[in-house]
Amino acid sequence: MKAADDAVSGDEPTMPNGSGAAAVLAAGIGSFALAVLAIAGDKSAIAKSGLVFYTPTGPLSGVTTMAILTWLLSWATLELRWRKRTVAAGAMSALAIVLLGLSLLLTFPPIADLF
Amino acid sequence: MEITTRALFTLIHGMGFGALYLLACSGALVELYRFATATAPSDSTQGQERFLKGYLMTMVVLAWAAVLSGTYVIYPWYRAAAPAGTADLSMFPQRLLMANPATIGWHSLGMEWKEHVAWLVPISITMVAFVFARYGRELRNQRRLRTAVLGFAVASFVAAGVAGFFGAMINKYAPVQGGDAIQLSSGGER
Repeated sequence: MKAADDAVSGDEPTMPNGSGAAAVLAAGIGSFALAVLAIAGDKSAIAKSGLVFYTPTGPLSGVTTMAILTWLLSWATLELRWRKRTVAAGAMSALAIVLLGLSLLLTFPPIADLF
Repeated sequence: MEITTRALFTLIHGMGFGALYLLACSGALVELYRFATATAPSDSTQGQERFLKGYLMTMVVLAWAAVLSGTYVIYPWYRAAAPAGTADLSMFPQRLLMANPATIGWHSLGMEWKEHVAWLVPISITMVAFVFARYGRELRNQRRLRTAVLGFAVASFVAAGVAGFFGAMINKYAPVQGGDAIQLSSGGER
């Protein structure tokens, strides 16, 4: 595995990584926003009523709509700033993976109930 | 043999979109790993790259179809409030689960987790498909991006698995019912 990684990463990248890093980090931000909004919609009465965008679906409609908007807006913003640049992809990828891991944990009800 | 319209939509959501996504995901993980870590340019052709791009785009469509149909078609039927004094809760799955201590966990843990974690799937796989479409074979030279892409693909598989498992179990204990009956066949007794 290590040998394979070394072998495939031995070539110099021919494209700037900014566009990919923007997509990766935005996905992490969007995932984390979903988890935070889900907790807010569950724990706060004001957030719960404010997140009802479509009555039959309840607060889930607002939680998911706002999370998707956060994801797309952060993606568009980062894409505009980074698309022609080479950025610290390692740090951005690590941050995105951490945010994704937190999202998986925070959507798990026993953990969400700690807040 | 008949099926109600609500049961049919639930079937399309779960089996048509969700289960198909899970099946596709296992193949995509293997192919993404193989493609992104191939050591020689001849290991993957342009045709294979085009195929994988199309495959990932199909997964994006399946993921969005699954969460949108689940959230805006099936979930309102699931969470419908029963009128006061309703004794038969079979048309109100959430209330039916919550009325019995032996099944309440399928709602309080299962549905509460499923309804949120499922949305990580389209976010993740859309990103994966975009990055692969943008970089293609260049991903093998972008080790850190490649690691993140594979990580998100695995997470989408896990999240879809959680959503699929709880969806199947919830529909076993409190199936979504109602709507018009659709006659599938009128076979007689054998």
